[in-house]
Amino acid sequence: MAETVKLFDAPTLQRMLTRMAHEIAENQDQGNQVVVVGIQDSGVPLARRLAGLLEKIWGHPVPAGTLDITLHRDDLDQRVTPQLRPTEMPCDITGRTVVLVDDVLFSGRTIRAALDALMDLGRPGSIRLAVLVDRGHRELPIRPDFVGKSISTGAGERVHVELTELDGRDLVTLVRE
Amino acid sequence: MGSMAKTGESLMAWNRKHLLDIESLTAEEITTVLDTALAFKAVGERAIKKVPALRGKTVVNLFVEPSTRTRTSFELAEQRLSADIINFTAEASSLKKGETLKDTARNLEAMNVDVIVIRHSASGAPHFLSRVLNAHVVNAGDGAHEHPTQALLDVFTIREKKGSIAGLNVTILGDILYSRVARSDIWALTKLGAKVTLCGPATLVPKTFEQMGCRVTHNMEEAIRDADVINLLRIQHERQRKTMFPSINEYSRLFGLDRQRLGQTKPDALIMHPGPINRGVEIDSDIADGERSVVLQQVTNGLAVRMAVLFLVNGGKDPQEISAN
Repeated sequence: MAETVKLFDAPTLQRMLTRMAHEIAENQDQGNQVVVVGIQDSGVPLARRLAGLLEKIWGHPVPAGTLDITLHRDDLDQRVTPQLRPTEMPCDITGRTVVLVDDVLFSGRTIRAALDALMDLGRPGSIRLAVLVDRGHRELPIRPDFVGKSISTGAGERVHVELTELDGRDLVTLVRE
Repeated sequence: MGSMAKTGESLMAWNRKHLLDIESLTAEEITTVLDTALAFKAVGERAIKKVPALRGKTVVNLFVEPSTRTRTSFELAEQRLSADIINFTAEASSLKKGETLKDTARNLEAMNVDVIVIRHSASGAPHFLSRVLNAHVVNAGDGAHEHPTQALLDVFTIREKKGSIAGLNVTILGDILYSRVARSDIWALTKLGAKVTLCGPATLVPKTFEQMGCRVTHNMEEAIRDADVINLLRIQHERQRKTMFPSINEYSRLFGLDRQRLGQTKPDALIMHPGPINRGVEIDSDIADGERSVVLQQVTNGLAVRMAVLFLVNGGKDPQEISAN
């Protein structure tokens, strides 16, 4: 029987994002070259929220894009036919600082695919990784630059991120199988 | 990826190993192909038009009947998906030496190919292969039976231009009897809710097509008056006996789309043609190149649709075979 443990509620999640935005801002000076890119699908609303917070800090518009990594996955033939979602870049990413955003960092394979997908779109000056939750268990040499919260999890556990834009509420839970 | 798969997330309606025909597809499956093709069309507009989705997969283009545009379109689609490709044509192959289709296909499969794209003059050849092989089979046109990817690119193009298919009046003109494109188009369009009218000489457009849910007329003016889309088909010289109509000139006079007839159509009616065009026969040259013609968009969309089909037939296993996450 699956057991669900609440990790972060809506206000906590918002505080985590605000702190991440400030860390990104500190790291990036004026942010004129920053484009925030969310990985489909949960990364997308997070990227939009981060871009909104950065706009307030920097006082200028911060472009936000979406990235679908389906075609770059390494497990395509082991899955049910996946749904392709749009990749939309608001500007040419060549030379810019891309802040890549996802909800949960786990094996690192999604990020590997995202890096390849980004490289097909242009040649960013640099790529930074922002994740809401880092749950460990990396299978590739990938580490995040900005983290909402690092938590230790068991292999049989799942971190479940719900976001208002997709699920009607903000909530992060840990599910034990 | 670390988050758990959302329960109840809308899985795409596609669970097929092959694309053999349109007749057996549901409207949802057709829509899945169209939606997937939309994503691939965007890939085709990027600076780097290649994605690694079929990396390590081998695709055989088994074209037992001559084809240029369909074969090159499939070939480019396969390359853009990063597949390895073998091209196989009837003229330069063991089929010429008397090998059966089954043996040819089995030999190819013995080399562990993943997908066979087949064009054959015999109706049902792809279905036959799908029964004797483990590889995925994609029908690139079989006899006068079906040409599913052409129909999919046609409805993709119509949906792109008109927003949706349901409720549209679509007229297919010309050689319906011998046309696999017509059959596949009729299936796809009627499944998606369009009203299909067929028109041409009585010998090429028999009333029996009314059984497929179409209106059949032999009067050009009546056929084009209310049409939102006019799809002109080529007269298939190679599949035809001389006696089907008196002369090309008469055909052109009665059923060719010229400037005067174009004036009788709805001002926003789309003009489509699967190619190759017989200029001056079924369509006047300046109309084929005119602003209402979407002939070249059909070619562009064909590439995206074929990428989507190859991706979907390869894509994944049955849901039951996949363990949680």
